[in-house]
Amino acid sequence: MNIDSITNGIIIDHISAGNGMKLYNLLGLDNLNVAVAIIKNIPSKKLIKKDIIKIYSYIDLNFDIIGYVDPKATVNIIKDNKFLKKLNIEMPETLTNVIKCKNPRCITSVEEELDHIFKLKDKENKVYRCIYCEAKAN
Amino acid sequence: MKSLIDILDFSVEEIEELINTANDIIENPEKYSERCKGKKLATLFFEPSTRTRLSFEAAMYELGGNVIGFSEAASSSASKGESVADTAKVISCYADIIAMRHPKEGAAYVAAKNASVPVINAGDGGHCHPTQTLADLLTIYREKGRLNNLTIGFCGDLKFGRTVHSLINALSRYNKINIILISPEELKLPSYIKKDVLEKKGIPYEQTRRLDEVIPKLDILYMTRVQRERFFNEEDYLRLKDSYILTVEKLKRAKNDMSIMHPLPRVNEISAAIDNDSRACYFKQVLNGKYIRAALILKLLKEASE
Repeated sequence: MNIDSITNGIIIDHISAGNGMKLYNLLGLDNLNVAVAIIKNIPSKKLIKKDIIKIYSYIDLNFDIIGYVDPKATVNIIKDNKFLKKLNIEMPETLTNVIKCKNPRCITSVEEELDHIFKLKDKENKVYRCIYCEAKAN
Repeated sequence: MKSLIDILDFSVEEIEELINTANDIIENPEKYSERCKGKKLATLFFEPSTRTRLSFEAAMYELGGNVIGFSEAASSSASKGESVADTAKVISCYADIIAMRHPKEGAAYVAAKNASVPVINAGDGGHCHPTQTLADLLTIYREKGRLNNLTIGFCGDLKFGRTVHSLINALSRYNKINIILISPEELKLPSYIKKDVLEKKGIPYEQTRRLDEVIPKLDILYMTRVQRERFFNEEDYLRLKDSYILTVEKLKRAKNDMSIMHPLPRVNEISAAIDNDSRACYFKQVLNGKYIRAALILKLLKEASE
């Protein structure tokens, strides 16, 4: 993939194939009034296949979302056709209002004002649990 | 503000302290009869649980305190749509400590985050019921004189049985605990508890469908009820409710000093003929529940005042 086509903006690279659309939706990129490109299933030496998201502008990104969906992804800031910065992503310890608890018995299912908060319980297996009912995020 | 939401909120040392206090209350009730004079316990029961509520209330009265509260959501502001957070803030203005039962999982956590007095989780749906676990631990301690070096069989509904999950969590912190899980396939202990608790802490366990095969090995048999309210569908409940029944015949193969425990209420999983057997501990558990709740109220009120 050639990055020359983006002058100023953000490239989320090394997204495991299949996670691109999930990231696009969770990051709320469909609501942006800027050009966004998703390129899927690109051959990759590291991942065999990967997805890439290119955002043709600077926006505030929720890195917790990227870390939750795909901690192996990288975020590259491009300025004047050059790499300005490469950011590595980490799995966040806490996820707040990124995903919703799906347990119908959880207090969050009836009290809409509560934040949906998940804590990382098992980093190796990427397990997040709801702080209220301890249901596993899925 | 220290509250009790999950049994693991308390360290092994804190549990030992509670057990010691409870034992002292049992030995010297008069010493404690005015310890909570002028204090109020609010029992907020958003779903009925007469047994647990009365246990808390009896505990508070025996400490010389008073009790306010409600016993079902219909008679609370929840029926008008008030949030748990707001209820906790409001009740904090009236009471010194709160014991709360709620059908939704995590409700007690929300209450504790918003209350300005200690909150005791008296059961939050199928999630936690830490004071039952404290009653169980006190019972084990009083029957066996120890909380380690025990083989404990859990029988019945191990999937939805929150008392089982809590007790396994609590026991996982003691040495030489051996666990035997006895249940039908559909009601097996959730795999995350096996993985996150038993396997992570290296606690030996085995799973079986047959109570009669393993009963000779047990120091403690913890029976559970197959609870109708935990099922989404009636058909599954009816099919499984009679799966595991302890009879006089099965008990013949057990050790002479095996303790039979049950969080109660029972339906038919322990034959009434066993009630007079010296190994039956389930009514002692109820009594112990009152004493350990008294010890807990004392501890949380003391810490809140420091």
